[in-house]
Amino acid sequence: MNKLPLTLKNVTYHSGGKQLLKCNATISEGLNTVILGPNGAGKSIFLRVCHGLLKPTEGQVEWTGKEQDANNPNQAMVFEKPIMLQRTAEANLAYGLKLRGAKRDVIKQRVLQILRRVGLTEAAKQLATSLSAGEQQRLALARAWVLEPDVLFLDEPTANLDPGSTAEVEIIIQEIRKSGTKIVMTTHDLGQAKRLGGDIIFLYGGILKEHSSAEKFFDSPKTIEARAFLNGEILWGQY
Amino acid sequence: MAGTEDTANNFLDALLLALDLITEFNAGLIEIVSLSLSVSLSAVLIAASIGLPLGAALTVYNFRGRQISIVLLNALMGLPPVFIGLTVYLLLSRSGPLGALDLLFTPTAMIIAQAILITPIVAALSRQTCQALYEIYEEQLRSLGATPLNIMLTILWDARISLVTAIMAGFGRAIAEVGAVFIVGGNIEHFTRVMTTTIALETSRGNLALAMALGIILVLLSIVVNGVASVTADSVSRSRANR
Repeated sequence: MNKLPLTLKNVTYHSGGKQLLKCNATISEGLNTVILGPNGAGKSIFLRVCHGLLKPTEGQVEWTGKEQDANNPNQAMVFEKPIMLQRTAEANLAYGLKLRGAKRDVIKQRVLQILRRVGLTEAAKQLATSLSAGEQQRLALARAWVLEPDVLFLDEPTANLDPGSTAEVEIIIQEIRKSGTKIVMTTHDLGQAKRLGGDIIFLYGGILKEHSSAEKFFDSPKTIEARAFLNGEILWGQY
Repeated sequence: MAGTEDTANNFLDALLLALDLITEFNAGLIEIVSLSLSVSLSAVLIAASIGLPLGAALTVYNFRGRQISIVLLNALMGLPPVFIGLTVYLLLSRSGPLGALDLLFTPTAMIIAQAILITPIVAALSRQTCQALYEIYEEQLRSLGATPLNIMLTILWDARISLVTAIMAGFGRAIAEVGAVFIVGGNIEHFTRVMTTTIALETSRGNLALAMALGIILVLLSIVVNGVASVTADSVSRSRANR
């Protein structure tokens, strides 16, 4: 059964009297969707509204045309700074499966399998908070992956990592996509957007400026904002 | 000058007497200490089983009147023991609503009074501890599909080592308090006499050295109990890390 498209219909999000997001968007099955934009463009808010962590002030979030909550697919999110439960690595992975009522032996088997795939078998019994930043981010990805989500939201998954760890994380992201999960991620790393992006959503000042294939976006951006962003010109005070 | 010397002598006498009482395993002393411990530990058990979930629930559940509840809870931390003692006394006295239970001047009445005294302390301190962890965990746990109840249990479990501090604060207050147990227990020898009421009694009798000796033992006891708790918490956290 199709779990997508995800549609944001006339969605706005306000906080503290300020409008932080205003957009219409449709995210479909297929390649990775990458949300681009400068700091403060509303990328994280966009993801949180899609995932249901934030309720839109106006408008609707719909999965396959039905209102959010009624038809939610299995979804997960990995945050910019990995939040580790103060438990062992394997207990972190088991947590979400337990909430979903999985059987003990199923949990054990899935956890070991995913730990191996992200290269953390050795760390299974270690306290998650004692792992390095790169390992923690891989564990956070594993914790989402183990749930076999239909959609996985990634908020700046490599923002705090060195190049080596970034490469490892990108490989894992592609593996997760190959296993049938739709990836929706934010980044401010243009190289990463080119490497991973199937289509690009460009946000600026909380407004969706462009949504096109990655190829088109990087070859011929339509808006001045996108052109300026790609050229590395910072757009101050134009929100 | 004579007064200063008296004080110094009293202290010295008290120390020697305390040592004597401890080393000879004085039967009277053991009786009093064990009643003190069993009353206060029972009160802590009750306070923890109410206060921990209450503190966590106030963190996780957002309801109308939550803010007021928190303010009230914090205010209740400072309830004067004498007031609690009097309230429990009135409830348990023959003519009171719970008079039929015949609990006044029993250790049970003392446990009830101490539990009322320290439940707000345990609850308010656990709320603070839980709040700190909740702010870190909230989005992640909701993202993983946790209900508020799941979140509450997860936070209580993951914060358990810090929560020991909240429980110990409650214990410290219970074992050191005299007003409430005096009123509802009555300081009856061999039955409801605990360390603090004995100290008060011996002081009024003029047995300052004995009172002081008991005071020293009370302080030592507090240190030992806190030490045991912190060593336990430490070894739990270490074994968890190495598991």
